[in-house]
Amino acid sequence: MLAKLTYLELKLLAREIIVPAVVLLLPLALLLGFGFQPGANKAQHDLGGQTAPEYMAALGVGIAVTILGLSILPTTLAGYREKGVLRRMATTPVRPAYLLMVQLLIYVAMAIAAVTILIVTARILFGTPVPERFPAFLAAFVLGMGALFGIGLVIAAVAPSSKAGTGIGMLLFFPSLFLGGVYIPREQMPGALRAVGDYTPLGATLKTMRDAWMGSEPRLVQLAIMAAYAPAAGLVAAKTFRWE
Amino acid sequence: MPVIDVRNLHKRYGAKVAVEDVSFAVEEGEIFGVLGPNGAGKTTTVECLAGLRAADRGTVSVLGLDPRRDRAELTRRLGVQLQASRLPDKMKVREAVELYASFYDRPAAPGRLIEELGLADQRDTRFGRLSGGQQQRVSIALALVGDPRIAVLDELTTGLDPQARRDTWRLIEDVRDRGVTIVLVTHFMEEAERLCDRLAIIDAGRVVAIDTPSGLVARVSPEQRVRFRPSAPLDDHLLRDLPEVRTVTRTGGQVVVTGTDGLLQALTSVLARNHIIAADLRVEQSSLDDAFVALTGRTLD
Ligand SMILES: Nc1ncnc2c1ncn2[C@@H]1O[C@H](COP(=O)(O)OP(=O)(O)OP(=O)(O)O)[C@@H](O)[C@H]1O
Ligand SMILES: [Mg+2]
Repeated sequence: MLAKLTYLELKLLAREIIVPAVVLLLPLALLLGFGFQPGANKAQHDLGGQTAPEYMAALGVGIAVTILGLSILPTTLAGYREKGVLRRMATTPVRPAYLLMVQLLIYVAMAIAAVTILIVTARILFGTPVPERFPAFLAAFVLGMGALFGIGLVIAAVAPSSKAGTGIGMLLFFPSLFLGGVYIPREQMPGALRAVGDYTPLGATLKTMRDAWMGSEPRLVQLAIMAAYAPAAGLVAAKTFRWE
Repeated sequence: MPVIDVRNLHKRYGAKVAVEDVSFAVEEGEIFGVLGPNGAGKTTTVECLAGLRAADRGTVSVLGLDPRRDRAELTRRLGVQLQASRLPDKMKVREAVELYASFYDRPAAPGRLIEELGLADQRDTRFGRLSGGQQQRVSIALALVGDPRIAVLDELTTGLDPQARRDTWRLIEDVRDRGVTIVLVTHFMEEAERLCDRLAIIDAGRVVAIDTPSGLVARVSPEQRVRFRPSAPLDDHLLRDLPEVRTVTRTGGQVVVTGTDGLLQALTSVLARNHIIAADLRVEQSSLDDAFVALTGRTLD
């Protein structure tokens, strides 16, 4: 049953052609686009001492996780509620909570796919080293994903429709990218903005991932804050989630 | 013993009372209709049956189970088609039916079910591309795929064209003939009359009457009325002496006779004996519509 449900949900996601394209190909395109520019492989002061491909790989992971958490997750789940899919499932022996679980599982798998593709491509094409403090990198990735997916679940919990889910998601999506340092690298942001950005889920994720990549000690405060987002958001989502 | 027993069900949403006081019992193997105008509380009632909502007062028993407490067991034996419940647009018919089949221990065969529901040509069509009638049939398929003993169908034919509606009715009769008890929520008089063995008329959260369709009609007006134009002069006494006849009146060349059951047979045989032909013969009967108006004081829709 679970296998069938997962397989089918995966197929449905693949049929939304745009979704896998945006999550997997957009970050890859960014990596290639910046990585192939002349002089990209020199460490750049503007990027905190990282090379362009290394910086873009970390950025791509952040973008993929943000799109999954703040856009795809709330749109899909709120849509399932709006269509009555969750309610219909509630009349069968299988609890609709399984559907949420399967969805989360798929998004986690997609995020892992994105991070793998980016690290491997950067390594092969540009000789970018694999993140130096790998456990810290993994921790940043997992905690950041937990935070963003948790927030996505809160949106899905309260959004009355698929459109509303997309809307609220977008309301958080663009500021997240901005504060996280996706439009302007964090090193070039004004100090105040950077201070705020470092504690947003995406900002903290990007910063800790990049630190780990370069081999510097990740800041524990940042990791702790990221670790707090997921359970807090999860609790709110669980308390407010409406099945109909 | 009834398979469904609802006693003094009461349900409110905040301050809004959706179901005031509803009681009825459904016998095994019948098609039981729940008929009423918009907002009468039909959907709320069947959602309490299915265990989707907890009753505020009263008791509900389905196959001897408490829909809330024994929810897990109930879902195995009760199939539900919810009003306005859709599927993801990109899910194909076969995928949906097979997925829902995998939710049950002993499901119906998805392939056969798809064929029986006339969806064989659409098995690889996505839900979003189906016509309203086809989507409705997928919904019915999902309600039946667990091979339930009871199926609850809420607003099965709303939004369908007349042909699709008739096809769906035939389908429901087939399902009943296989021994499935059916609870059918509707606000179509014709549907209730055609399909239901018995029905409950619900208005403003209360049961107004429960009976067979013909019983409901007879309740409001047990009378039959026959009009005709006799081919030869006819003595009123000839008719008045019949035990089935109550009144005889004439308007122009027409004779209007009212009376009880068997009126028509009594009339035609007495006319035949007297070699009179009844031209323009019309039998007028009260309909379920009349019954509904008489019972609730308003028309449906
Ligand atoms: N979730 C809800 N929250 C608040 N009020 C509700 C809710 N669902 C139904 N109601 C109200 O309860 C009353 C009964 O609704 P219900 O859906 O049971 O009626 P119905 O007979 O099925 O109507 P219809 O023929 O339109 O389907 C209506 O006044 C409706 O507005
Ligand atoms: Mg209804």
